[in-house]
Amino acid sequence: MSAHASTYVPKSRLAKWFESRLPIVGLVHSSFVSYPVPRNLNYFWTFGAILMAMLISQIVTGIWLAMHYEPTAAGAFNSVEHIMRDVNYGWLLRYMHANGASMFFVAVYIHMFRALYYGSYKAPREILYILGVIIYLLMMATAFLGYTLPWGQMSFWGATVITSILGAIPVVGDTIQSLLWGGYSVGSPTLNRFFSLHYLLPFMILGVVVLHVWALHVTGQNNPTGIPIKSDKDTVPFTPYATIKDVFASMVFFAFFAYWIFYQPNYLGHADNYIPANPAVTPAHIVPEWYFLPFYAILRAVPDKLGGVVLMFSAVLILALAPWLDTSRIRSANYRPIYRQFLWLFVSVCVALGYLGAMPPEGGYVIAARLCTAYYFAHFLLVMPLVGLFETPKPMPGSILDSVTGPGKQFSGSGMPVGAAAAPSSKG
Amino acid sequence: MANTAANPDSTHGEPDGTRRDFMFLATGAGLAVGGVAVAWPFVASMAPDAETIAAGAPLEVDLTPIQEGQIVNVFWRGKLIFVRSRSEKEIKEAQDVKLSELIDPQADSARVKDGHAKWLIVYGNCTHLGCVPLGHQGQYEGWSCPCHGSLYDTSGRVRRGPAPANLPVPPYAFETDTKIRIGEEAGKAAA
Amino acid sequence: MTRLIAASVFAATLGLAAASAEDGHDTPHPPREKWSFSGIFGRFDEAQLQRGFQVYKEVCSSCHSMNFVRFRNLAEEGGPSFSTGQVKALAAEYKVKEQNDVGEDVDRPARPGDAVPPPFPNEKAAAAANGGKAPPDFSVLSKARTYSRGFPWFLIDALPFVGYTEHGVDYIHAILTGYEDPPDGKETPAGTYYNIYYPGHLIAMPKPLSDGQVTYAKGANGEPVVPETVNQYGKDIAAFLAWTAEPHMMARKALGFRVILFLLILSGLLYYVKKKVWAKAGGEVHGLQPELHKTY
Repeated sequence: MSAHASTYVPKSRLAKWFESRLPIVGLVHSSFVSYPVPRNLNYFWTFGAILMAMLISQIVTGIWLAMHYEPTAAGAFNSVEHIMRDVNYGWLLRYMHANGASMFFVAVYIHMFRALYYGSYKAPREILYILGVIIYLLMMATAFLGYTLPWGQMSFWGATVITSILGAIPVVGDTIQSLLWGGYSVGSPTLNRFFSLHYLLPFMILGVVVLHVWALHVTGQNNPTGIPIKSDKDTVPFTPYATIKDVFASMVFFAFFAYWIFYQPNYLGHADNYIPANPAVTPAHIVPEWYFLPFYAILRAVPDKLGGVVLMFSAVLILALAPWLDTSRIRSANYRPIYRQFLWLFVSVCVALGYLGAMPPEGGYVIAARLCTAYYFAHFLLVMPLVGLFETPKPMPGSILDSVTGPGKQFSGSGMPVGAAAAPSSKG
Repeated sequence: MANTAANPDSTHGEPDGTRRDFMFLATGAGLAVGGVAVAWPFVASMAPDAETIAAGAPLEVDLTPIQEGQIVNVFWRGKLIFVRSRSEKEIKEAQDVKLSELIDPQADSARVKDGHAKWLIVYGNCTHLGCVPLGHQGQYEGWSCPCHGSLYDTSGRVRRGPAPANLPVPPYAFETDTKIRIGEEAGKAAA
Repeated sequence: MTRLIAASVFAATLGLAAASAEDGHDTPHPPREKWSFSGIFGRFDEAQLQRGFQVYKEVCSSCHSMNFVRFRNLAEEGGPSFSTGQVKALAAEYKVKEQNDVGEDVDRPARPGDAVPPPFPNEKAAAAANGGKAPPDFSVLSKARTYSRGFPWFLIDALPFVGYTEHGVDYIHAILTGYEDPPDGKETPAGTYYNIYYPGHLIAMPKPLSDGQVTYAKGANGEPVVPETVNQYGKDIAAFLAWTAEPHMMARKALGFRVILFLLILSGLLYYVKKKVWAKAGGEVHGLQPELHKTY
């Protein structure tokens, strides 16, 4: 089923004329209409669509906020308050954008868990998966840059701390730092260029998302069994089956999103960011946004500046090596009794690191953060290679259809349309 | 591969078909309404904000320093307004024109306040495409627009195109004989 | 087994956390007050906001600015709802600088569109007059202050119906009512005052309020509507600051209710449609475990 030709047949003469010159309707049709999806996908697989919706939401609210925002040290805080007070529905746009960032990360973490649990990173989906890691990196950069824009205390000190991290790079660190700052410290030029980059990066994300979807189109979707598609009976067409499920799941997610916007709009932010930036006073507890906390805990677990920075970046980059570190040929953790325990341990460790990242770096917190950091890396470097070698997988169903209907049973539903079922198989 | 989507409407005649059709329609309508509703705050946010509206407070202009024949520029709500002190000759010219000769017929008396014919107060952007016309120029000695050659008379009325309309008169009122308040007709605030 | 692992990681983390959390915060949590504007259906109490503004005007405004608040805001919906006439008259009590036609700075009476003028011309002047540190601006103060409730309360605070968003408002009220004599043997350095709710207890602001200091308008029967006490003044100014920080809070909560209701109903409809659609494919499969999948 790799890169199968479009099944779109233009009906009108105009459509034929257009399609023979730019086959974009056929492209959309084969990606989002006739595209075959495994019939056993669960709700974890709706988060791709939810992420797409969140990316669009962030880009649109961001463009509208930029119509009122002023990227200068003297004007940023005032312009944000102007948006909150005087612009019609400005408070709504800002709260959508600020909480939207958090919801984007909620969705991406669920999406990433899905990939790790069901082995979506394994062959032939390595490139698809690495593109996902790149999107995640770009998201982190975008979120960090965006958080500096209100130019409150957390904005200023977040920018100071993170740019100082880059100063730890040997030899070129200082140069990179002063190029980022555009001065001798974080200031108005820094803010202005951060705004420019914050506007740019989401479109780069969009570009990589197109590649991500393209790669998905080539390899097809993984599924909860991890078994490849073997026949037409294993799949249903994207539209209407996956479409309606994605729309339903997105709507539930929007309701969750709306709760934060309207009833807890500042919960996920920091009170200190409502104090205008003051280079003379550092907030008592300086912590990043919740979605960076695990990495912040790893950074602080190391007593050495450069070591902490290296470890923190490694924690993100090691994700990209998962396809080669995992030695098991079984994809889905459903059939990997030992690995599944370790995976849940890994999730627990990530949550614990998140908690520790928010706590002051002292006493027991540091010890706990070090233990968790050790497991974080051990999970990739020891557990993934070794468990795959020694584990005995559970018996697997013969096909996706078997997993749905139970082995040996004849499928009696009217699932695939008659015409499609009769069509010659084109699976790859 | 799955070529044709299963048609969800292919089971008409089932007992619950009507109810199901209704639910499908209601869902579609809900999605459409939701989509439009989402667009509203974005459109509304582009309208003038509360600060801009509040900044459009009425503006007082003292007329005493303005010499006869002089045109003074003032700004109200960010728009240019000409305050012109007219000579007797200019007033007479403005009053004597036959309305039938005008592109946008309007009597001079309708463009100034009663008893204050000396003072012409008009918006300062050509009604063609918004350039600022030059005072005391052109055949009618009112204004001449440098961009596309529209001519206005001493009442600010268009006498030669391409401009389609007279220079509009902003809302204003005389507080005293030497002081006007732009942005408020006598007793009521401008919308 | 899975749960056991997860539970033990959390237990260990929290155990270590608890062991190290003794860093001796003898600062008590601000008492949690009842606010008319808390919760999903919360609304500001107009009379309380008007009293709060009175306290600001008569007491706080001698040191604290409120730079983002315009006089016109005081007449806007969802706020203290003074009449436009009252706001005009109120604004006219203040003078603001304006440049005249020949480029000189002149005073003119403030208009409703003007910001509430600050007590000091700039931050340096404010700092110089207040022992080196400018008193904080009031505009978003109730969002700029908070306190930590710790685990697990910080999670519970996020939930609907039992949630809690008034940490900053409670903190402001607590500070205003938290002035006490220092405990025996504790010295307060010059220029600082002892406050039990202030982190570190030494606050640079002298006790600003005392009982009977502000005279509120009497009710119809000539009796005071609310007691004229520090506690009441503190509540009123804290509520007023909740409004200055979130002037559109009531509109936000009202719109949110409609939006979430709409989304939930639409989700319900979509769920029905999805079930009908999937019935054509023999129904849908749920659950993580293949052995739990239902059969047809």
